[in-house]
Parts: sequence; C-alpha cells; structure tokens
Amino acid sequence: MAADTPVEYIKHHLQNLTYGKLPESYERADGTVMEEASWTFARTAGEATDMGFMAFHVDTLGWSIAMGVLFLGLFRFVAKRATTDVPGGLQNGVEIVFEFVQNLVRDSFNGRNPVIAPLAMTIFVWIFLMNSLKLIPVDFIPQIAHFLGLEYFKIVPTTDPNGTFGISIGVFLLILFYSAKVKGVGGFAKELSFTPFNHWALIPFNLVLEILGLIIKPLSLALRLFGNMYAGEVVFILIALLPFWIQWSLSVPWAIFHILVITLQAFIFTILTIVYLSQAHEEH
Amino acid sequence: MNINLTLIGQTIAFAIFVWFCVKYVWPPITGAMSARQKKIADGLSAADRASHDLELAQEKAAQEMRKAKEEAAALVDQANKRAAQIVEASKADARTEGEKLIEQARAEIQQESVQAREALRAEVANLAIAGAEKILETSVDAKAHSKMLDKLAAEL
Repeated sequence: MAADTPVEYIKHHLQNLTYGKLPESYERADGTVMEEASWTFARTAGEATDMGFMAFHVDTLGWSIAMGVLFLGLFRFVAKRATTDVPGGLQNGVEIVFEFVQNLVRDSFNGRNPVIAPLAMTIFVWIFLMNSLKLIPVDFIPQIAHFLGLEYFKIVPTTDPNGTFGISIGVFLLILFYSAKVKGVGGFAKELSFTPFNHWALIPFNLVLEILGLIIKPLSLALRLFGNMYAGEVVFILIALLPFWIQWSLSVPWAIFHILVITLQAFIFTILTIVYLSQAHEEH
Repeated sequence: MNINLTLIGQTIAFAIFVWFCVKYVWPPITGAMSARQKKIADGLSAADRASHDLELAQEKAAQEMRKAKEEAAALVDQANKRAAQIVEASKADARTEGEKLIEQARAEIQQESVQAREALRAEVANLAIAGAEKILETSVDAKAHSKMLDKLAAEL
C-alpha cells in the first residue's frame, strides 16, 4: 500500500490518476523544479490540484470509454447478428434491456423523437457498467496499477464528478437543443420569460426562476449519481481498513446492497433524462 | 476531486456513444424485434386459421361419411330388392317350365295311349277275324267284311 495511516489510505484511494500541465518553475513534491511548463502525471494530490483545469483524469476517461466501448461493442455484435427467429441467450439479454428502455421511454416520453430511446439506453447501460466497476474490490486494480508504476488509480468513473457532470452536461445540451428546436428559439425564450407568472412585469423574476430550474436539472443529475457512488466508495474503502479476516462480513452485504444502488442510480439518471427531454418537447 | 478537462472529454465520449447507439445499435435490434413480432403474430393467426380449417374439414368429413353410409344403405337395399326380384322371376320361370314339361308329358302319354289303343284295336280286329275264321272254318273275305270289321274295331 502506498499509504501508512488510515487517513492517507483513504485520501490515496480517492485521488484520480491525473495527467496535466504544470506551470514553469513549479516545485514538485520531490523537490525538483519544472524548467518549463509541460504535461506530466501528478505524483501527489497537491500537484493534481495545482494543475487546475488543464488536466485529465486518465483513469476516469479510460474506464468510462472502456465501458462505453464494451457496451457498444456487445450491443453492436448482437445487433449485427440479430435474428428474427428464436434468439440466443445473449440476444435475449440485450433484448430484455432493450424492451425495458423502450417501455420506459414509451411511458415517460410524450413526444415523437427517434433519438430518445437509444439515448436512454446508452445512458442506462453505460452508467450501469461504470457503476458496476465498484464491485471490484477497492485495492485490486489500484494495486496492479501500482506495480505498473502508476501512483493513483480510481477505477469507477461515476465517483469522479467530472465523469457524472460530463454526462449531465451532454443531457443539458440536448435539453437546450430540443427546447429550441421544438418551440423555436423565440418560443423557448417566451416560455422562460412568462412562466410561471404570465405578466410582463414579472419577466425578470420568471427568468431567474426558470433559468435556475433549467440549470438545476444537470446539476441534480450529476450530483445525485456522484454523491451516491462516492459515498458507497468511501464505505468500501473504510471496510478495507478493517483486518482482512473480518472484511467480508461487511463488504459482502454492502456489495450486495450496492447491486441495487448501482442499478437504481443508473435507472434514476435514465428516467430523469427522459422526463427532462419530454418536458423540453412539450409546448405550453 | 478537481474539475478539469476530464469533464469535456467525458461529454465528447458521451456524445460519440449516443451517436453510435442511435446510428448502429438501435435500428437493427428494433428491426429484428418488430420483424419477429410480426412473425409471431402471423404464426398465431395462421394457427388460428389452421384450427378453423381443421374444424371445417372434420365437419365435412363427417358429412361425407354420413352421405356414404346412406348411399351404401341405399345400394344394399336396392341389391336386396333386385335379388328378391330375380328369385321371384326364376321361381315363376321354373313353375311355367315345369308346367310346360308336365303338359308335354301328359300330351305324350295321351298320344302313346291313343297309339296303343289303335294298335290294340287292330290286334283285336285281327284276332276277331282269326277267331271267326276258325269258327266258320272258312276264310272270311277280309275285303268283303272289312266294313263290318272296322265297325267292330271302332266299337272296341
């Protein structure tokens, strides 16, 4: 383990592998001074913070893309071989997910838009897969990464706010896009200005209220997912601090419970996305 | 937990995944599933139709069977009647034939008895002449007395 005290252990496990730009004449953790600004891996949490916005969480991006590719690869594989005869086991599984999402969209989405259902399926399966990474014991992959010379490694992309906000910003852009497309830019502006109080004198008040309501949507999406996953991760790390022979008594129930949380959070993110986009399609 | 470029990277990845799913994953699966749905619906209606057809066929078969039975019964009836007729006819034939035979036999008997009587008569006439010759010791002129003799013979 790279850390000695419990606090350091926890902090260490909550730090992403960061690849970012350090400014010129920056004194690194080992005392060396950067001769010029350059991109490098952060060796400490402090370095990662000092990189500011110009940095990537390599682990978050890597694992989320890996999960996305796994999802699309699997589904594309099934889609290409999809038969109208009796489906095999894999196709059956995919079709169960497929019908589940289709029913969700049919029940919750009141407009007509062929993009919503595949969008919802992407969100659901992708988030589900990313969340599922949490069931891998907390030290397992970081330890392998450690042997490979990587100081920090956090495998669950949804315990990184960048990961969840990245998705919710995508959803937010879609909400804005479809609002403007369905209602027209003028109609959308009018809706923001004249609800909930239909009076010209209350336009500023309405605007503040509506824009706040709009921004709350991606914020709540991202923070709900992040909060749940992060909290669960912290508990897993705390359990990992116990003596090894007793860990199973807590980690097993917690993991079983998390099977539910993982699915539920993916489901909530999906259904809220559908509802928000349905609202974006509604004319007032 | 720093917010950084990861955010944008994640958004781009998300956009690409959604695009790929919309374009390459969703349509073939939807297509296959709706095609299967149609197939199943078709199969079910075909099964319905088949069972209906079966019912009709059974009904028709029963009808045919009934008709065939009736026909057979009619045929047997007819045959019986015909047989009875033939038997009757042959009985009648046999009777007339027999009667005819009896008639013939009777006629023959009659004829023969007439012939026998004729012969007997001639014989008797001869015997009478011979007897008379003996009695008279003279020959009777057959020619002269033939009238009388014929008369005698006719009386026998």
